[in-house]
Amino acid sequence: MKPLSIVVRTICNIFAWFVAIFGAYVIIHGHLSPGGGFQGGAIVATFIALLLVAHGGKRFFEWVKMDIFTAFEGLGLITFVGIGFLGLSTTFLYNFLALKGGLFGSPVTIGPNAGILNSSGTIALANMAVGLEVVGGLSTIIIFMFLGMRYVMEGGKEGSEDDK
Amino acid sequence: MINNMPMIAVGALFVIGLYGVLFKRNIIKIAIAVSVVESSTNLFLIVLGYRTGGSIPVYTLAGDFKKMVLPTPQALTLTAIVIGLATTALLLTLIMLLYKHYETLDVYEIRRLRG
Amino acid sequence: MSWQVHLPALVLSVPLLGAFVALLMVKPILRNLWFTFILVATTVLAFLLWRRVGISGTMVYVMGGEKWNLTLPSGMALPIRIIMEVDAFGAFMILTGSLATLASGLFSIRFLDRVHDGNKFVALFFLLFTGMLGLEATGDLFNFFVFLEIASVASFGLIAFWRDSPEAVEASFKYAVLSIFVALLFLIGVGILYGIYGTLNMAAVAKNMQVGFLEKVALVLFITSMAMKCGAVPLHMWEPDAYGQAPAGVSCFLVVVGQASLYGMFRIAFSVYGQAFQGSVLAWIIIVFGLLSMFIGVIMAVIQKEAKRLMAYHCISQTGYMLMGIGLGLLALSSPQAMSEYGFTAMKGGIFHIINNAMYKGLLFLTAGSLFYATGTTELDKLGGISRNMPYTTMMFAVAAAAIAGLPPFNGFVSKLLIYESSFVVHPFLAVVAMVTSILTLASFVKVFQSGFLGPSREELASTREVPLTMIVGMSVLCLMILGLSLMPNWALSNLIEPAARDLVNQASYIQAVMGSGL
Repeated sequence: MKPLSIVVRTICNIFAWFVAIFGAYVIIHGHLSPGGGFQGGAIVATFIALLLVAHGGKRFFEWVKMDIFTAFEGLGLITFVGIGFLGLSTTFLYNFLALKGGLFGSPVTIGPNAGILNSSGTIALANMAVGLEVVGGLSTIIIFMFLGMRYVMEGGKEGSEDDK
Repeated sequence: MINNMPMIAVGALFVIGLYGVLFKRNIIKIAIAVSVVESSTNLFLIVLGYRTGGSIPVYTLAGDFKKMVLPTPQALTLTAIVIGLATTALLLTLIMLLYKHYETLDVYEIRRLRG
Repeated sequence: MSWQVHLPALVLSVPLLGAFVALLMVKPILRNLWFTFILVATTVLAFLLWRRVGISGTMVYVMGGEKWNLTLPSGMALPIRIIMEVDAFGAFMILTGSLATLASGLFSIRFLDRVHDGNKFVALFFLLFTGMLGLEATGDLFNFFVFLEIASVASFGLIAFWRDSPEAVEASFKYAVLSIFVALLFLIGVGILYGIYGTLNMAAVAKNMQVGFLEKVALVLFITSMAMKCGAVPLHMWEPDAYGQAPAGVSCFLVVVGQASLYGMFRIAFSVYGQAFQGSVLAWIIIVFGLLSMFIGVIMAVIQKEAKRLMAYHCISQTGYMLMGIGLGLLALSSPQAMSEYGFTAMKGGIFHIINNAMYKGLLFLTAGSLFYATGTTELDKLGGISRNMPYTTMMFAVAAAAIAGLPPFNGFVSKLLIYESSFVVHPFLAVVAMVTSILTLASFVKVFQSGFLGPSREELASTREVPLTMIVGMSVLCLMILGLSLMPNWALSNLIEPAARDLVNQASYIQAVMGSGL
């Protein structure tokens, strides 16, 4: 697929970063506001889709390799299951960080409050792990559909990373 | 009557989706119809948890509230949406492959397996 | 209080971890070792779980709770967290499923060398494994739906794994549309029950259950979706396509995944509705599903010319036996006299048939897979005379075919005999259909054996070799299980089957394990 016009590319270069940062915000605030790992991850994956559409496959694959998204996916999921295993001295997925002080364990009172970011224990960690996984997974879906178009339309070999 | 409107919408969406799955010949339309059924299910779950005048079930954002809507159906809906995303992506991928192999989107022509 | 209380969670999380680590494996040899290691580890965990459930009764496990058995935190009338609940029937299903999966996994190792991206195959395989075990271990209705979808999505991918074959993609698409649709029906049923009872826990719903109109609607939705997922006859169209087109190791696996849906149907019928559902309509619906599946499945199987498709139709007809056996048990549920007269025998027959079918049907699919590996075809017209070249495969096929046809020394005979005996008490017609089905099964497998393995050897198949060692190891796991169950049916009945049947019937103990006796 060819890159789009310079207007589109410039706008994309400026605004795509806001999309990525907003996605990160939604992931990190997952336990306080609507959103979380999946929703934020989907927003970050939109960032990947924007880059891919605006700049075309050739330049996109100069910047990143396909393998890195699979690695994201695997690492995110392993972290999630790992958090589950770490709680195993009590129960699987037990929130062993909550109310213990430190970075993730600020105590919080039940009832209306202003929202304390570092109060959630393992939930925030799990949200980040899921966010990483969703970024990897959704980007893989988008890229595979992108590569698959050549495979389908021309009936030839599957498009590889360098013949875009 | 007005309180039952969401449930009527659920029913209508479900029937539309069922009609699409059963009678449409184009496989992309079938995939869309499956998504419509999925939306009706999600709407059903959300409506189940709604309480008239209830506020958002998050303490941080609720402010001054008298009652909250139920959070569990919303969690269920979110999970169902995530699953729906996975299945829809997979259906579309399968449709791409089917189009490559058969060069048609008509279900009546995609039937090598029979008997 | 030992580490074994965590078994219900471990048996799910170990294959899940296996799936995710497999994505990152760089070397094929490392990946194969990891694959084998996780398969064996999960099977050992499943065995330990079964042992422990046998010793200490129904196990509950609260995910993320302050204590593993704190199902009702103080002041709560209903459980709020996700609760795993494994009784003897669930443990039995988990053990059966793990053994069949172990065999199909070992069989698939050599298959991995032939595919382009083996890591993804391993990941999907373990996700399907997790989904299946989760269906059998969970005690929560919505969690059941989630595991159902995990298993479905993974199996769509595995069925269409030969994406260059149009038939495989077509089979996967058909299965995908049907399966997503019925899973949504299941979710609507879950929503209805949640709207009425305000909880998703099966035991808590069962405790408060009073069957009215809405509960009946939910029950219809549950039974429809589960009947479709296990391939009972009016909804069976996807099954021969999917089982016939999937890679052979996966077909063997899909058999036990289908049985997990069967487990879901029985769990809902016995444990969630159970005594509260008056009348025998539900039981007769399940029995009629069983009769239709048995007969139509075998009739369609007799006329097939392709080995794996033939076996897939037999899978439908064998599902019919289980449906009928356990349906008869449901018919007898409300009267103790009927239960002792025929119900319990039928339940034992049906449950014994579950493990038997997993073993011999799995073995048949694996032999079909090794035929394909060695000769490149499973069309019966093109095969013939390969018994000399492939002695082990031929022997195992003979064992499995004899077992599925219910020839006397084998395990299929025992379970079918129990079903004949008990169904004859209810109505002779049921027993007649079951016997005719058994005879037709024998006929069609004689056909396969004769035209596939015996007969004059063909020139184009003269250079056929026996399949590699790991494939034979995978097949012999199932073959040994069949021989063991055949030689010691009494041991199996009293240790494996009877506890499972007792726990399935005993709704009160299922509720009490979660809700306690105080409420």
